[in-house]
Amino acid sequence: MLRLEKLVKTYKTGDQALKAVDLVVPEGQVLALIGPSGAGKSTLIRCINRLVEPTSGKVFLGDINLTGLSTGALRRERRRMGMIFQEYALIERLTVMENVLSGRLGYVGFWRSFLRRFPQKDVDEAFRLLDRVGLAHMADKRADELSGGQRQRVGICRALIQDPALLLVDEPTASLDPKTSRQIMRLICELCNERGLAAIINIHDVALAQMFVQRVIGLRFGVVEFDGLPDALTPDVLTTIYGEEDWEATIEKVDDDSEVAQ
Amino acid sequence: MSDVDLRVGKPWKKPPLVQRTWLRWVLVIGVIAYLVAAYMTIEVNWSRVYEGLERGKKFVLAFTDPDFSSRSTDIWAGMIESIIMTVTSSVVGIAISIPIALGAARNIAPLPVYLVCRSIIAISRALQEIIVAILLVAIFGFGPLAGFLTLSFATIGFLSKLLAEDIESMDRSQAEAIKASGAKWLQWINYGVQPQVMPRLIGLSIYRVDINFRESAILGLVGAGGIGATLNTAFDRYEYDTAAAILLIIILIVMALEYISGIVRERVQ
Repeated sequence: MLRLEKLVKTYKTGDQALKAVDLVVPEGQVLALIGPSGAGKSTLIRCINRLVEPTSGKVFLGDINLTGLSTGALRRERRRMGMIFQEYALIERLTVMENVLSGRLGYVGFWRSFLRRFPQKDVDEAFRLLDRVGLAHMADKRADELSGGQRQRVGICRALIQDPALLLVDEPTASLDPKTSRQIMRLICELCNERGLAAIINIHDVALAQMFVQRVIGLRFGVVEFDGLPDALTPDVLTTIYGEEDWEATIEKVDDDSEVAQ
Repeated sequence: MSDVDLRVGKPWKKPPLVQRTWLRWVLVIGVIAYLVAAYMTIEVNWSRVYEGLERGKKFVLAFTDPDFSSRSTDIWAGMIESIIMTVTSSVVGIAISIPIALGAARNIAPLPVYLVCRSIIAISRALQEIIVAILLVAIFGFGPLAGFLTLSFATIGFLSKLLAEDIESMDRSQAEAIKASGAKWLQWINYGVQPQVMPRLIGLSIYRVDINFRESAILGLVGAGGIGATLNTAFDRYEYDTAAAILLIIILIVMALEYISGIVRERVQ
């Protein structure tokens, strides 16, 4: 469903963030992208929806090559890719509802969005999504009144209301506490399951990634060093991705049942 | 012996800004010498100051007994004209400033647009209000039209520059999130940029209304209408009590604006 072919990104400074990355993501697959800081994880995700312009290579979403699109056509394709951000990237001074509805901007005209007169079915869907993540009662609160975990859930709603085929998730748990991190990861993976969405999740926390995803990609200096099942992440593999370190504690199986009860 | 052993037990001092000792002293002595020389070139005519003190005293004393009544129709007409100039020029100036500010923010405008908008701002800021007013009075004749145009022009330089700087320092990720949803450019500005800069825009606008009102009192001196014209006439006739009355009204209005802007800025956070 998503196919990257020889994707290269060289920044103006000369840093080569991505060196000919090839990657195929089938429909409905949730994969984690791990790797040290500066490995090109964020760049990879942003090259897919062209928030960062790739230097060369191709990105196919379905049959459409995103790298060749004009501005208008790119905008229409962006609607099919929901994005979730590290620091939530909610519009702090707008209400929760406005933030969720902003995911529909690609579908509604300027005046409707300017006057906040979104189609009834968008509003209904926004309430349903907020209810799904347990925030329906917060709809009229300002986004900056929410806690970190709540904000990220609004971020998830904003991405989902786009009705995307693919989720691009950039460090969703980096600023959250361990428990909230798990809840958010679980929520993202559950929602992907429910809706048959594919997702690429950048994540620093290897154990958390192993717990929830079906496939792991290890990136180091812009090159794919590992591609396989979460269970195949051995200390040796982590050493090739991150460098020498004692990995036993990191990949220890975490008992997930204790928390489900809460 | 390691580096740490050498430094332990010795006091630590912040390294000086200028490394070379001799250069440091040359700079310090040079600045002091220039200041002394500069102040010595300012000539003070003490006997003239002594004479002037008397006039100054009369002017200050006039504030204890301001005369609002004998020129009340002139004062009233001047005030109304000043307020009209202030409101109209602020509205027009702010309306023009916003698109220019968007164009002058490097993070959202392409380079050619950026350069054009920055040039407009530079021109507006380089030309002082009085100079613009003199030019516009020459073109449009005496009266508030010249004042209105002058203040609108000055507002553009002030507001566009400061708003553009606020846009440049906005949080990129919020704007990025809106862009990623497939929003059109105007929607992106409306959702991703505008909420972030709105408090600053409102604060600056109120401050500019305040400035425009004070400027309207000056512009009358060069014939561009407003309360300044009335004030100028009062000075010309040595009617210090009327001048004092006008100044008191200006001070009151400015204070009121200051108070309102405080309340409004608190509300829009």
